[in-house]
Amino acid sequence: MSSDRIVGIDLGTTNSLVAFMQGSDPVVIPGDDGLNLVPSVVALDEHDQIIVGNSARKYLIDTPERSVYSVKRLMGRGLEDIQEELKLFPFHLADDLHPGEVLRIKLGQKTFSPPEISAFILRQLKRNAERFFNAQVTKAVITVPAYFNDAQRQATKDAGRIAGLEVLRLVNEPTAASLAYGLDKKQNGIVAVYDLGGGTFDVSILKLHDGIFEVISTNGDTHLGGDDIDNILIHIALDDIRGDMGMDVSRNGEAVARIRKAVIETKIALSSQATAHLDVELPEGRRYQREITQEHFEKLIQPIIDRTVGPCKQALKDAGLKPEQIDEVVLVGGSTRIPRVRALVEDMFKRTPHTGLNPDEVVALGAAVQANILAGGSEATENMLLLDVTPLSLGIEVAGGVTDKIILRNSTIPASATQHYTTQVDGQVNVAIHVLQGERELAKDCRSLARFDLRGVPPMTAGIPRIEVKFLIDANGILHVSAREQRSGKQAEIEVQPSYGLTDEQVESMILDSFDYAEEDFRQRQVIEARNEADTILAALEKGRQSPAWGQLTSPEKKQIAKLENALVQVRGEDDYAAIRKAIDTLNQATTRLAELMMDSAVSTALTGKTMDEADMGEGPTAPHPVAKAEFK
Amino acid sequence: MHMNDQFDTGMVVLANSGPTSACWSCGEMRAAHFCTSCGKVQPPAPADHFSFFGLPRKLDLDVARLERDFYELSRKLHPDLHGVTDTREQEWSLEQTSKLNDAYRTLKDPIGRTRYLLSLEGVELEEQSKAATEKARSTGQMKQQVVPPDLLEDVFELNMQLEELRVQKKMGEDDPALLEEIGKQKLALEAKQDVLLSELKGYWEEWDSAAEIDDSGRTRVRDKMVDLLNRRNYIRNLVRDVNKVLEM
Repeated sequence: MSSDRIVGIDLGTTNSLVAFMQGSDPVVIPGDDGLNLVPSVVALDEHDQIIVGNSARKYLIDTPERSVYSVKRLMGRGLEDIQEELKLFPFHLADDLHPGEVLRIKLGQKTFSPPEISAFILRQLKRNAERFFNAQVTKAVITVPAYFNDAQRQATKDAGRIAGLEVLRLVNEPTAASLAYGLDKKQNGIVAVYDLGGGTFDVSILKLHDGIFEVISTNGDTHLGGDDIDNILIHIALDDIRGDMGMDVSRNGEAVARIRKAVIETKIALSSQATAHLDVELPEGRRYQREITQEHFEKLIQPIIDRTVGPCKQALKDAGLKPEQIDEVVLVGGSTRIPRVRALVEDMFKRTPHTGLNPDEVVALGAAVQANILAGGSEATENMLLLDVTPLSLGIEVAGGVTDKIILRNSTIPASATQHYTTQVDGQVNVAIHVLQGERELAKDCRSLARFDLRGVPPMTAGIPRIEVKFLIDANGILHVSAREQRSGKQAEIEVQPSYGLTDEQVESMILDSFDYAEEDFRQRQVIEARNEADTILAALEKGRQSPAWGQLTSPEKKQIAKLENALVQVRGEDDYAAIRKAIDTLNQATTRLAELMMDSAVSTALTGKTMDEADMGEGPTAPHPVAKAEFK
Repeated sequence: MHMNDQFDTGMVVLANSGPTSACWSCGEMRAAHFCTSCGKVQPPAPADHFSFFGLPRKLDLDVARLERDFYELSRKLHPDLHGVTDTREQEWSLEQTSKLNDAYRTLKDPIGRTRYLLSLEGVELEEQSKAATEKARSTGQMKQQVVPPDLLEDVFELNMQLEELRVQKKMGEDDPALLEEIGKQKLALEAKQDVLLSELKGYWEEWDSAAEIDDSGRTRVRDKMVDLLNRRNYIRNLVRDVNKVLEM
């Protein structure tokens, strides 16, 4: 059923993709520009319409104040978390932000939260898929960096909801990649996945066992990627321009955007050639040009790629493995195209890394595999099962501001833990609990996930109530909490205040707001539905031509039908919903008599011993009446 | 190695824990966690980690077998395989799988397994340690741990050396001889941990067979295991301290 088709989405820092399982192979669905990658760029055009992807890229240069890229770096984070990011990225934040509040980014006069911006990208991917299938798409598997914390995962799920997608599963990117790799060779062994993308780094170590993909350990850095390499080159260029040309363009958004575009091209070129030429047009007709050698480039980026070594070592240590015990290394993410990165990985794991699949696409392909498994599986995914882990320990703040860990990192998810609490004061009815995520000893150094107020504890002498709080990390890596006072059996009520997260009400209102930008979607959907209907009628008509009833029509009738059929075929390819609708209706009217004749002949064949089915009045999605309205769900 | 005879009959473990009842969906008799007839996940029943796997409370268990059962049960219970069923079954799948994962994580690790079994026997190692930590904190003192007597001399020596290294590191000095000496001590401590682990395994057999003997036998083995785990914990903390200074 096309209505239940689940797509796999890689919502990347730099590029995003949507894929699905076509038969036994996952494939990427291209956009209407024919390209697989949708740049994760969102802009507001001069008519306040949202533009996404390749067509939004020119706005980065023309109207940088009305466009945004790398918004993934802001997902699930608060103002105090992103001070470093703000120094390096041209994010335009709303002026009236307060600490502890969900961020809002300015595009022109409007402001959007990071999940809303991500939702625009998701919506574009959804549209691409709907165009491809000619059917609505409402369910998706979305990938996230393995090292994403709870808030970042929540934010991604919220983005899906705002975009009108039911997010069936969040899958960790390196794990998804391993699924794509594991599909064709179902072998057993230990695999390390090194995933250096545009803005995040993950490393995961997996044990493959007869189709089970068991993650043993994972580690990473959610703020490390190709973006950081670009920033180094941008700063060198800005310094050059200031020093050699006496110009300070660092506050000129357009100039910086041009430099950024040029250094990215240079970076890519240096993966395959020894030198590259940097050439940027500057204001006042000036021009910045310089040569950069691969050797120099490698020296510049070494400190950045060295930051991947620590997480790799930690992942090995947590898995209790030596590098020699790794059977295979898989490279994921565009930044792994850099020869120096490959050399580093080879050195670390003592293995030549695998690069069979396109590192930009492999995560989306794996997401499509997981989507297929969730949908009930197929021959290609039979026996495949992913057992993932939580990347960070989950704890509770106890006396003295210390973190008491209750679920350790690298625990297979879903995972649960139960803690007991009591009161400290006679008659106390509320107990405050602070949930933390991270590895540090002190609560202040961990990520504050949420503060829970257990309410409705029956008043008793201090220390008597026994409140059981259950923490559950689900298969998406997201935390759920429930509580019960055991002496009275009373369900203590929990109020979750996600730190830096959106409340349900906020998400609901964002879904409503998003309809302002969804007109395009709605139009698109109408066109898709009308096209489907047109196809049904055209197919039914084809059947009708083969039936004896066709011979009973007069030749002007046949001519008229052929004319209207042509008209429908013509408008079907266009984007005009009303025109398709009209052509369907007129063809419908013109074929009413044909339908009746077919009906009669079907009834008479039935009387002579044949069944309705054998009367051959069309099959598949067509209704018994060849021109009856088909139903689309 | 102790082997439960039932283990060799294949899927027995999956149908093994506690009384079974009729499947909520098809009405056939079912296994503990899922229906052997229609495959539907069943509502979770209270079970400790051992009984979840249909295992007796014994310490010397076949870890390879445990892993196989873990994979087998994952293939039946995991939420990914129940993505398109009714919400009630999805909830049960989530709960059952989290129990499965928690049980497997605890039982596959020799130390974790022993601690867990001791906690089922009413020994709260965790609580003891926490109480000590809290007491130390409230009195504003460093947590005092009882040094195992046979380690007393070594620990004293090591602490002196660590202090010296700490000072040197702060001054930016470098003393290869001292580093080498501390490195040696660290290796010795790690070796000691391994020795304790194999010693613990010796107690496992005693415990598993004592279960059929008498109460005083059980108490004796239990106390030996508690003592050993405390010693091991002490050494582990010591190694952690050494690493902290080395990484300064």
